[in-house]
Amino acid sequence: MSNVNPVVIARTPLRSATTEPPWVRYLLTVLALAFLGAFLLLPLVSVFTEALRNGLGTYLKAITEPDALSAIKLTLIAAAIAVPANLVFGVAAAWAIAKFEFRGKTFLTTLIDLPFSVSPVVAGLIYVLMFGASGWARPLLDTVDIQIIFAVPGIVLATIFVTFPFIARELIPLMQQQGTDDEQAALSLGANGWQTFWYVTLPNVRWALLYGVLLCNARAMGEFGAVSVVSGHIRGKTNTMPLHVEILYNEYNFAASFAVASLLAGLALITLALKSFLEARHAGELARGQKH
Amino acid sequence: MTSIAATSPAVRRMPRSPIPGFPLALGFTLFWLGLIVLIPLAGVFFKAATLGPAEIWQIVSSERVLAALRLSFGTALLAAALNAVFGLLVAWVFVRYEFPGKRLFDAAIDLPFALPTAVAGIALTALYAGNGWIGSLLEPLGLKVAYTPLGIVVALTFIGLPFVVRTVEPVLRDAEKEFEEAAASLGATRLQTIWRVILPSILPSLLTGFTLAFARGVGEYGSVIFIAGNIPFVSEIAPLLIVIRLEEFNYAAATTVAAAMLVVSFVMLLAINVLQAWSNRHRNRHATAANKET
Repeated sequence: MSNVNPVVIARTPLRSATTEPPWVRYLLTVLALAFLGAFLLLPLVSVFTEALRNGLGTYLKAITEPDALSAIKLTLIAAAIAVPANLVFGVAAAWAIAKFEFRGKTFLTTLIDLPFSVSPVVAGLIYVLMFGASGWARPLLDTVDIQIIFAVPGIVLATIFVTFPFIARELIPLMQQQGTDDEQAALSLGANGWQTFWYVTLPNVRWALLYGVLLCNARAMGEFGAVSVVSGHIRGKTNTMPLHVEILYNEYNFAASFAVASLLAGLALITLALKSFLEARHAGELARGQKH
Repeated sequence: MTSIAATSPAVRRMPRSPIPGFPLALGFTLFWLGLIVLIPLAGVFFKAATLGPAEIWQIVSSERVLAALRLSFGTALLAAALNAVFGLLVAWVFVRYEFPGKRLFDAAIDLPFALPTAVAGIALTALYAGNGWIGSLLEPLGLKVAYTPLGIVVALTFIGLPFVVRTVEPVLRDAEKEFEEAAASLGATRLQTIWRVILPSILPSLLTGFTLAFARGVGEYGSVIFIAGNIPFVSEIAPLLIVIRLEEFNYAAATTVAAAMLVVSFVMLLAINVLQAWSNRHRNRHATAANKET
């Protein structure tokens, strides 16, 4: 570019051939940002202003009352089980799909993505049909005497379902790009399978793994529809934070509802900040073009 | 590019891979997939199958179910179309132009992925209600958004936006400037170049994003139920109808509506896969063409 004859550049505005006149650029930029502002930023801001509408005292009271605290606790428990479960699954699935060739691989990948295209309500319903009062897997449950629907295990199951593909789909494309050269080198140098996994594969995918965990966790803590169907909404017992938000809202206790919602919005902001940090710092170690 | 793609499966399909752990990894994957996803999902169809065709037809063809399905699909379609337009605009502006605060706005695009749907629902309702920041501006114009089907479209637009932006963005970024320069040097106006050169090359990704947003919108629940008003026949979405039937312990009706929605999801998933394959082929062809040039 630098050694092009300057006269040519001056004569023919090369740039104008592949971009728009300035006024079009400004207009489009303003339009796009106005749309983002109205549709994305305004709702976010309104969560915090509504939460603090009745002052800081009401806010603090709303998030420290026993029902709110037990909702926070249940949300943390559900995420603490669902995220590691999907982590183990994601790593196993990515290992099988990315490092080996076998028939039906594409089909398997599609099946793993399936929970993304199922309505959250249907995700909850399938477990009610299975483990509910007249569920078809009920006889199995009665022998061990556990309650799943309208109890914590149901909430955990529904959470695992809706966050099922998150970690796998971050790992699979990246591990496919990386191939098996590093692993073969490690094996030929005498490492065993687990050593190869721990010291070679895992460090190679650590940022993508963290990225997946981050997104998985955000969805796990924020899931509403699926959890709502299986929870039974028992206050102080089977209420997660999003369900608590709904209950307070339906009771016209808006300030308290938005107060709990603001905690979830804060979680979303932290997630987004970490996510863009990872994308900026470790872009090369994340799967290319994998955003969702 | 093509030659590598053609030979690599053959190279990698060696009879015995030196990498260990295949049976364990695949076995666990299939076991967990079956336990958590496939078996429970199959349960819906088994349950629906016990009903008999007459009963299924009676449930699906009832006015209220039809109205709910129409509403869910109609609003999701409208929101996805809105997102296709604005998502393309946003992707274009972010890829092609520079402006202050770009990184912040770029991070904000993913907000709908990160913000719990219930939070989005109550926030949008507060904004678009008659006394809200946006609602109070629209109400004098005779435009009621909250508690009408229009509110559903707003919520689904919020939910679906990142799908379009994030699918179109990488393709737009990869698009070779050389093609545009060639078009311009052959005498095309900028508008002709955009319409004839750029748009066709990003169309597959735009359609993929549109379908993703649509699929998500059809099943969306949390963000919609607060703003919809939930009046039967008017603003009651299909997922809500499933919940209502379930709370009445009418499992037959809940399952039938769910099975209908699942079938549609599967078709959509298939469409997304086909579109994505098409989009990738498109991208690769462009990449090979560009490689040959250099």
